Order: sequence, then C-alpha cells, then structure tokens
Amino acid sequence: MQKSLHLDPNKCTGCLQCEMACAWENHRSFTVAKSRIKVFTFHHEGRFVPYTCTQCDEAWCMMACPVDAIRLDPVTGAKIVLEPTCVGCKVCTIACPFGTINYVAQTGKVQKCDLCGGQPACAKACPTGAITYVDADWTGLGKMRQWAGKTDTNPATV
Amino acid sequence: MRHVIIGSGPAGVVAAATLRKADPAADITLVCGEAEPPYSRMAIPYLLKGEIGEAGTHLRKDEDHYRRLRIGLVRARARAVDTAARRVALVAGGDLYYDRLLIATGSRPSHETIPGMDLPGVHSCWTLADARALLAKARPGTRIVQMGAGFVGCIIMEGLLSRGVDLTILVRSGYMVRRMMNPTASGLIRRWCEAKGVKILTHTQPKELRSEGGALQVVLADGASLPADLYLSVVGVDPNLDFLQGSGIAVGQGILVDPSLQSSAPGVYAAGDVAESVDCLTGKRQLNAIQPNAVEQGRIAALNMAGRPVHFKGSFVFNVLTTLGLVSSSFGTWQGTPGGDSAEVLDEARYRYVNLQFDGDRLIGANCVGFADHVGAFRGLIEGRVRLGVWKQRLMEDPTRVMQAYLAAAHSVA
Amino acid sequence: MAWTKNVLRVNLEAGTCTTEPLNMAWAQDYLGQRGLATKYFVSEVDPQVDPLSPKNKLIFVTGPLTGTMAATGGRYSVITKGPLTGAIACSNSGGYFGAELKFAGWDMVIFEGASPKPVYLLIIDDQAELVWETEAALQKHHQDPQLRVAAIGRAGEQGVLYAAIVNDLHRAAGRSGVGAVMGSKNLKAVAVRGTRTDAYHLADPEAFFKASEAGKQVLAAHGVTGQGLPTYGTQVLMNVINELGALPTRNHRDVQFEGAMAIGGEAMHEKRPTDGKANLVTNGACFGCTIACGRISRMDPGHFSVKDKPQYHGASGGVEYEAAWALGAANGVSDLEALTYANFLCNEDGFDPISFGATVGAAMELYDLGLLTKEQVGFELPFGATEAMVKLAELTARGEGFGKEIGLGSRRLCAKYGRPDLSMTVKGQEFPAYDGRGLQGMGLAYATSNRGACHLRGYMVSPEVLGIPVKMEPQATEGKPAMLKAFQDLTAVVDSAGICLFTTFAWGLSDIQPQIQAACEGDWSEERLLLVGERIWNLERQFNLAAGLTGKDDNLPPRLMKEPAKTGPQKGAVSKLDLMLPEYYQVRGWTPQGVPTPETKARLGV
Ligand SMILES: Cc1cc2nc3c(=O)[nH]c(=O)nc-3n(C[C@H](O)[C@H](O)[C@H](O)COP(=O)(O)OP(=O)(O)OC[C@H]3O[C@@H](n4cnc5c(N)ncnc54)[C@H](O)[C@@H]3O)c2cc1C
Ligand code: SF4
Ligand code: SF4
Ligand code: SF4
Repeated sequence: MQKSLHLDPNKCTGCLQCEMACAWENHRSFTVAKSRIKVFTFHHEGRFVPYTCTQCDEAWCMMACPVDAIRLDPVTGAKIVLEPTCVGCKVCTIACPFGTINYVAQTGKVQKCDLCGGQPACAKACPTGAITYVDADWTGLGKMRQWAGKTDTNPATV
Repeated sequence: MRHVIIGSGPAGVVAAATLRKADPAADITLVCGEAEPPYSRMAIPYLLKGEIGEAGTHLRKDEDHYRRLRIGLVRARARAVDTAARRVALVAGGDLYYDRLLIATGSRPSHETIPGMDLPGVHSCWTLADARALLAKARPGTRIVQMGAGFVGCIIMEGLLSRGVDLTILVRSGYMVRRMMNPTASGLIRRWCEAKGVKILTHTQPKELRSEGGALQVVLADGASLPADLYLSVVGVDPNLDFLQGSGIAVGQGILVDPSLQSSAPGVYAAGDVAESVDCLTGKRQLNAIQPNAVEQGRIAALNMAGRPVHFKGSFVFNVLTTLGLVSSSFGTWQGTPGGDSAEVLDEARYRYVNLQFDGDRLIGANCVGFADHVGAFRGLIEGRVRLGVWKQRLMEDPTRVMQAYLAAAHSVA
Repeated sequence: MAWTKNVLRVNLEAGTCTTEPLNMAWAQDYLGQRGLATKYFVSEVDPQVDPLSPKNKLIFVTGPLTGTMAATGGRYSVITKGPLTGAIACSNSGGYFGAELKFAGWDMVIFEGASPKPVYLLIIDDQAELVWETEAALQKHHQDPQLRVAAIGRAGEQGVLYAAIVNDLHRAAGRSGVGAVMGSKNLKAVAVRGTRTDAYHLADPEAFFKASEAGKQVLAAHGVTGQGLPTYGTQVLMNVINELGALPTRNHRDVQFEGAMAIGGEAMHEKRPTDGKANLVTNGACFGCTIACGRISRMDPGHFSVKDKPQYHGASGGVEYEAAWALGAANGVSDLEALTYANFLCNEDGFDPISFGATVGAAMELYDLGLLTKEQVGFELPFGATEAMVKLAELTARGEGFGKEIGLGSRRLCAKYGRPDLSMTVKGQEFPAYDGRGLQGMGLAYATSNRGACHLRGYMVSPEVLGIPVKMEPQATEGKPAMLKAFQDLTAVVDSAGICLFTTFAWGLSDIQPQIQAACEGDWSEERLLLVGERIWNLERQFNLAAGLTGKDDNLPPRLMKEPAKTGPQKGAVSKLDLMLPEYYQVRGWTPQGVPTPETKARLGV
C-alpha cells in the first residue's frame, strides 16, 4: 500500500524542525522560507497546523502544467516537479486549490512536496509525532476532509 | 468506438490520454492543425526568453507518448463537420468518421481592422510559427510597437526585452491587463514596466499602418506616427469556430455546451478555449480561455465520451502573470459585486498588493501583485464557495492571511 | 562558518544602513550573540553614557546555532546599557525572529543615535531600510504573515524603565529595560524576512546532524526537558519552590505563598468552574525547540478584567513561572486569570512582568506602611488587591496616573517614598522568583549578576533544588562560589551560541560542544568554550566597573541579610552573602574589591 503523510495539528508545537528538515533536504539550507511543508500559526486559537501537499488524486498541478514538468512517482505516488523542465509559469500554483505548490523566485521554478522519494525528512525531524508517514489510503481531497474532521475545534465559530 | 479530437492543444491532448485510460479499446485520432508536435502556447514566452528550445514547449516530453497510448496523430485542419454523417471534412481533402467528436480548436488572436495589417513586419504572438518569426526578427535595437497590453501582451514582454529590442506599448484603454486587474494592480504593473524601460502609451490606438523605406509607420489616431521595424498585434483572442458554419452546432461566443460538455449535436463535445460553458460563480455563460480550464474540460469531456458521466461544475477565471519579473494574479470576480465587501493592503514602494472581494462571507475574487505564496488557496476558497465565518472579518483586517483562512474555513483545522 | 559574517549598522540619526564584515577574530574569542555583541558594545560605547541618550547603542544579535536544526536554535539577544541599572544589559529571546534575521543574512544589527521621528527597520534579506510610518501603517506591515517582528509597545514609548522588546507577539527580550532604550531611540520595531539559502554554512553538516540529533535525544529523555517543561512549562516550579520555602511573597516579607497552588502549573491545566475550560490551551515551541515549554492560554471571557474586551478572549502567551510569581506571589494576588490578563498586557504593551510585578509588591508594602496613600495612588493598594494590580498594569502600559511611578521600577519608587531599603533589587533590577535566603547560591548569583538581580546568569536553582548537575543543600555555602562561577561561565557560552538556557537542565557542555564544533569553523573544545564564557563574564564586569559600579553593588537588600525567613523548611535563614562573596571574588581571580586582577585580564585577554 502506498504511504502518505499524516499531519496532526493536535500534536504540533510550531517548532519548525520539519520546515528546516525540508529546506535542508531540498536546498541544503535551514531557511524555512524554502520549506515545502508549512506550519501555520493560529494565534487566536492557540494552534499550529502543519500542512503540505496530500498528493491528491486529482493532481490539479500536474494536469495544469503546460510543459509536462510534473510527473507521478510510481513508487510513492507523489507528484514531483522536474526542475529542468519547469518553465516557472506558475499556472500550477493557482490550479492547486490547496495552495501547496509554490513558486521559488530564486530558482525560477516551482516546488512541492515529493515525499523525499519515500523517506520524508519532515516526519523524521518532527519531535512530537505530529507528522508521520503511514500506510493509509487517505490521500486526496475527501481524505483530507477526513483528516480535518479528526481535529476537535470548529473553524468558523472560534 | 471511434473518437476524433480536433485540436492538439492542452484540451485535446489531455482528452486523448484520458480517453485511452477510460476506454482501452477505443480508436483515438488527434487532429493537429499546426505542423508541430502538440505544444503549449503558454510556453512561448519562455521560448522567446531563450530559456527553453522548441522541444521545451511540447505538451508531452516523452516522445513515445502518443504511440504508446495508441493515439493517432493526424496533421490536418478541419474544414467542416457533418453531424448527421458523423464526419469531419479536412482542408487538404479526406474525411474522418467518428462516433464521438471533441472540438478542442482553441482560439486565435483577434484581428485588428485597420489598413496595413497585411504588411510585412506585422505579427502576432500566438503560435510556434509566430514565435519563430519574432525570434528571427527581434534583435538588439529592433523597434517594436506592440498593440495591446492584455495578458499575453504582458507575458511576452520579458522575452522581447531580453533580446534587447526597443519596445513601445500601445494601450487602447487607460489600463494594462484591464480584464484581469483593477486599476491599482494595473497601475503597479505599469509603473514597474516603465521603470524597466518600456514606453507605454495609454488611450492610444493606431488608425493605420504604412510601409515607408523598409520600415513601418504606425499612424496613431491623433495623426502622430511611430516608426517601427515590427508591429506586434496582441489585442485579444477569439475562438476558432469558423469551420463549424453550417454544421448546425449551436454557438454563442463559443460552442455552447451542457454540463457533460456536449454540444447541441449528440456525440459532439467541446473543451477548452473554444467552449462556452458556465461561470461557476455567476452562473452566466462564458468563455474561459485559460490553460487549467482547458485541461479540466478536456478531461471531463473525454470521460463523458467514454461513457462515464461526469458533470463539469463550471469554472471561473483565474490567472497568474509575470510581467518583466513582477508576479501578479487575478481570481474570479475581482471587480467585486454590488453590496459585497472588499479589503486590501497596498505597499506601493515594494510592489505588493492584495485585494479581496467578498459576497457575504464568501470570497469571490482577488487581485494580487507581488504576492505569490499559497495562491492556490484563492482557488480553493472561491471555487469551493467556502463560508468564511469569523475569518471574513480577519481577512478584512489582514487580507494576506488567505492561506490561514482557507485552512480554518475549508478544512476545519484551526 | 555558522556566522553570516555580516553586520548591519543602522544610524538612526542619519537614517542610514550600512553593511560591514563581522570581526572574525572577535568571533573566535566571543563566539556570538551575547559575547560577541558585548565585545562590539564595549569597544564602541562610553561606559559612562546615559542609557537613554542617543550615545547609547542597541545591538540585536544572533548566535552561530541560531537558525539551525540544533534543538532550541532560535535565540537572539539585545545588548545595551540598561536604564534600570546603569550596567550592561543583555536580554535574550526566543520565538522566530532571531532565526529569520539569520536567514536574511545578518549576525548582528547595531543601532546608533536616535531617530528624529518614529521609525522602524525593515530587513528583507540583504536589503535594509528605515521606514518612517504612522502607527497604523506599521501595524499593517506587522500583519504581513511573512514578516517576523520585534517591537516595543506603549511601555517602551512611555519610557517605562523595564520596557521589553517583544517578538512574535509573546516572546520577549524582557528584562533590563532594553525596550526603554529602543523607545528612547524612536525605534518602534524591527521587521525581518529572510529567504536566503546562502546566508551561512555549516562547517561540517554530517557531524552537525549527528551532534544535534544526539542532543535532541538527550532532551527528550530527560524528565525536565522531556516532560516537566512541555507539560507545565517553567510553572512546574511554582509549588516546588513554595514548598521549599523560597518563594518570595509580598515584597519578600514572606517566603511562602498561601495562593501558590492557585497560580501554578497544575492550576493552569484545571478546568475553570466558570466556563469549564482550562486556562492553558496548549504548549508552544520557539523556533527549532524540541522542548516546547511555552504556555498558550485563553482567559475566562467572563473574568472582570476582560469582560468587555473581546480582543483578549483569544489565545495568547500565558504566564511563565517568573511572571506568575511576580504578578501573583510578589504582591499577594492569587487570581490566575488576573495574572494572565496582566501578562497579556505585558506582551502587548511590552514591559517586563517581573520588574512590574515586583514594583507593585513594593508599592503595596509602602501603602501598607502608610507611606503611600489612596490619594496618591488613586485607589486602595493593599497586598493581595487583584483589581489594583490589574489596574496598575493598564496604567503602567499607558504611562498614566500612578502607573508612571510604577514604570520607574522599585528602586526609584522606594527611594522617592523614603524607604530605599524596601526595594527588592540588586543594582536597581528587581529579583525574580527565588528567595536568596532560602537558596543561598541564588542569593550570591543575584548579587554578582552583571545585569542586576537575575536568575538567568547563573541558575543555582539547578543544584540547589533539582540536583543538577549535583545536589547542593539550599542553606549550604560551601562550594557554591565555584559552582556559581562555573554556571555563569557556561551560561555565557549558551547565551552566545544561539540556543536556549533551558537545554542545560539536560545538556552539559559535552552535549553542546559537538554542536558548536560542527557548526563553526575553528577549534571549539570544551576548555576553550569555558574560557570564552569566562572572558565574556569578565568583559561585562569591566564595563560595569568602568560605568561606575563597584564591588559594593554586589549586594542584597537588607531584608534578605537581616530578616529571617518566617516559615517553611528555610525558616530562620538569612542570606550568607558575606560568607560567599570573598570566595567568589577569589575563584574569579578578582581583587577583594571585586576587580579583575591584571593576571586574570591577561589570561583572558580582556
Ligand atoms: C503566449 C501565450 C501565453 C499564455 N499564457 C497563459 C498562462 O500563463 N496561463 C493560462 O492559463 N493560459 C495562458 N495562455 C492561454 C492558453 O495557452 C490557452 O488557454 C490554452 O492553450 C487553451 O488550450 P486549448 O487546447 O483549448 O486551445 P489551443 O491551445 O489554442 O489549441 C488548439 C489547437 O487546435 C488547433 N486548431 C485550431 N483550429 C483547427 C482546425 N480547424 N483544425 C485542426 N486543428 C485546429 C490549433 O492549431 C491548436 O493546436 C497563453 C496563451 C498564449 C498564446
Ligand atoms: S500540489 Fe496540490 S494539486 Fe498537486 S498533488 Fe499536491 S495537493 Fe494535488
Ligand atoms: S516529504 Fe520531503 S519534500 Fe515533502 S514536505 Fe516533507 S520534507 Fe518536504
Ligand atoms: S516538527 Fe512537528 S511539532 Fe515541530 S512544527 Fe513541524 S509538525 Fe509541528
């Protein structure tokens, strides 16, 4: 069974070890601005929400790419960006309705989570178990909702 | 089952691959109207910049793609469609018979109706052939007068300037990219371009082109005249419908389609720039000439053609644009709606701008300049018609927190 | 190489920003952050300078491990001459700001002069500029989710002498009035965005990952850093210290507080009878921190202090131990919600809850003695008056009414009302939450701290309460001067490295050294690091002596020397500072007057 990243906001403390690990994995730098996983702080709610691509089935980014620069990794199921092919048009960044593929000005290319080829650095770095790489068939939008439903607060009212 | 697809742009190419997946035994023919392997127009700006070669524009990089998927490529242009006989007539002669037909002929540049448009030195920028011609002629110092500063007009500027040309842009209205950007965003883009050495003349329109001493003279409405080596006309696009005359297929601005993307003729579908479907925000019929719409419609049309009923829920216009390095984007009803709230932050010095438009507690449109992180969330919020609840007010106070609003309101994670 | 090797020099007078290379010879002698900035400061600033004059400078500085995956590698410090004390001030903060500054490519930002009008510094990678803006516009910039901001609040603008610099909304360079200096310079905020991937490099990445990973495991396995701090925060200490009889109460009249249970870490977890929710929402981490001691609290929306103020109904930074003590025990208040509200104000308006709470305690004693009247204060001010404490927090933040006097700190307050002896301060800075009678080593640590009374210069609580690294009896004096020196030097190293002092509950130098060694070029043996720490300590001391302080200022208030602890296990104890101080000078290599001898100076090269 293919594995996917399971992100649990209930455990996250906002330490950004995951962001540093991701930035290091892909840019040989700890500069978190370059991370593909992002931890969003909800100050008012006192909550930290790690978030990255769920490798959704629809693969809007991959479909929208005009030059075939986003491909499916048959081993992990990740949608991966082939940097040399990417022209930096950014159409994928607005096509993905989850906001999880982003343009990197320095490289002129986009980047998104590629599951580190099956060894996610973020999951390894997370000290709280908020990120785990698990056997589960909950990639995709519906599954993301399922994940969301597991959290205990109600968004629009708090 | 014989599937014929006219047009090998993104809509056609995605449709073909989707058909193969959905219907392994089908017979699939893809009619390519240009003498190129299927390519993407969107990649042309990068070809002009010299960042990629022609092969870099090809929609599929795997050369074997079409053979492997048993997609028959036919170099031909469709001349007419006979829906009764289920037959497509080709310009060069010969016919193609279909059980299901997809029209994915995209659009072409609108034609200006002033004298002199047929002179040498007058170009458009829509096809690979156009790009080749521009590349051959645009040299350091070449004087280019470009009519139009819409989306395509803006996106090709960098490629032109990178070749050292002398660029003057004529804008009929007062604003650049006026179909995508509000006056503030448009003004930022203009100021940025001017700072980079582009001459921009608004409220300006040529009335005639003349050839004088091997160069062009662009005669403006006020009688003044601009010398030019090249005149580049990029004033908008129109769908490729001409060959459908007499077919009985109902057209409005484009081919009218139902939620399964079928036209008025049974078995005939349409997708991409050429199809007129509905705006999922306003419910109104519209053309939506953007790449993500083309591929989505190509996919859905193909599934329906293969007998898997899927409804197209409508689309809305969103676009991201890089003008000489300045990134801007536009989503949905960026003009706002009567009675709806709006919020914005502007940092003129740093060319940063976010403007949000709401209808009640839903986001319906946005304009951004210099703000490119997590912009997909705009689509998620707008297309998902997500009720923002308390986040509406928070976005009113700080429009940059869109991704947080999206996570909280759409995914209940906060 | 974990330095960016860039210093940003900002002249607020002229409105200029210039770049200069980091003095790498100094980096080899002082490591970074506290040590390195102190070296710059001491080299550039006249020790006699009036702290609030334009001639004083203000330095924001990161360490070599700031912005790395080393656990807690997110610290920065602010160095200046402190307005409360007239001594060197160095205040350390976590949050995300420091790492961002590093990612933008800066080890240090030195502010000189004062701006003619309110200004903030905007740093976006290698671009830095001073921006003149109205407050409203500034706030809009604050809201840019991409920017990390360190700012003063109203307290810094009003000249509260213990004003703080608050970053990331509720992390603070809290003590010693660094925010007052910032305010005196008309500098409102520093906003930074760092996206460079080439800002600095690790000397040996492979060794670094090995060392930092090992360090993380040590933190996770340790009871304090792996369990106590994440669960209860520093508030884990409230009941422990109270039971030990070392919890200063009501301006140090008492050493045990009957309300301790109600304001401690356990209480924060308990469901409130009023709304059924606990004060604590969750724990939060600073950048890179695998401990995550931070308290995120939400108030009871029905509490009198916030009933009509919905802006305080959301979650925000909750009370840490020192704050809970100062806002609570120090003035006899045991209402956790009130403390939380006052703490929110401290974060929002930027002032140090320790100095504030302790000053309120002093005012309450003056009131109790009839030296301060209701007319002077504007309301009654007995010990334990919750509403008065809350009111004073609001007034102090705004610089209004009696709050203006509270904002000057307890030394000035007690002097003004004729009882300087009632000021529970050393060198003008208020004590934190441990009684120098109950914990003899802490008494010595307070007396000798280079920035005035402080628990973060040599945390003798570790040996005296927690038994780290060895157990020392609270009342013993033997061996404490040497232990304190070791703690002070080690702390100076930790404060100069870019990591959090709390790691040292679990980490010894042998855990830290490999991380520094792998990150930085050069030889960073344990011996050398301790020498760096000692060098820093002596450099700070030199500055203070030059600023006019003497060994006579290494003292404790008479109350701690003469009034015995009234209750608890330490009953009857007074501070035995006079027994320990000479020995301390000796182990430091100082004269009996507390001046570093020429040999010591030569040995350390200061
Ligand atoms: C320079 C440029 C930049 C662009 N940038 C962007 C961008 O950044 N983002 C974005 O969303 N969109 C962009 N677009 C628009 C985008 O390219 C189109 O929306 C997209 O190509 C539409 O796809 P399509 O398949 O519907 O049509 P097309 O790509 O136009 O393909 C139609 C195909 O049909 C063929 N054809 C036409 N008539 C016939 C016929 N009678 N017989 C046979 N074949 C025929 C054509 O030759 C062509 O191959 C850009 C366009 C241009 C020109
Ligand atoms: S980046 Fe977005 S569209 Fe692409 S796979 Fe991930 S979630 Fe799907
Ligand atoms: S799996 Fe890898 S690429 Fe994806 S977010 Fe985690 S570290 Fe980054
Ligand atoms: S490493 Fe884990 S705990 Fe830390 S911010 Fe990332 S998800 Fe949260």
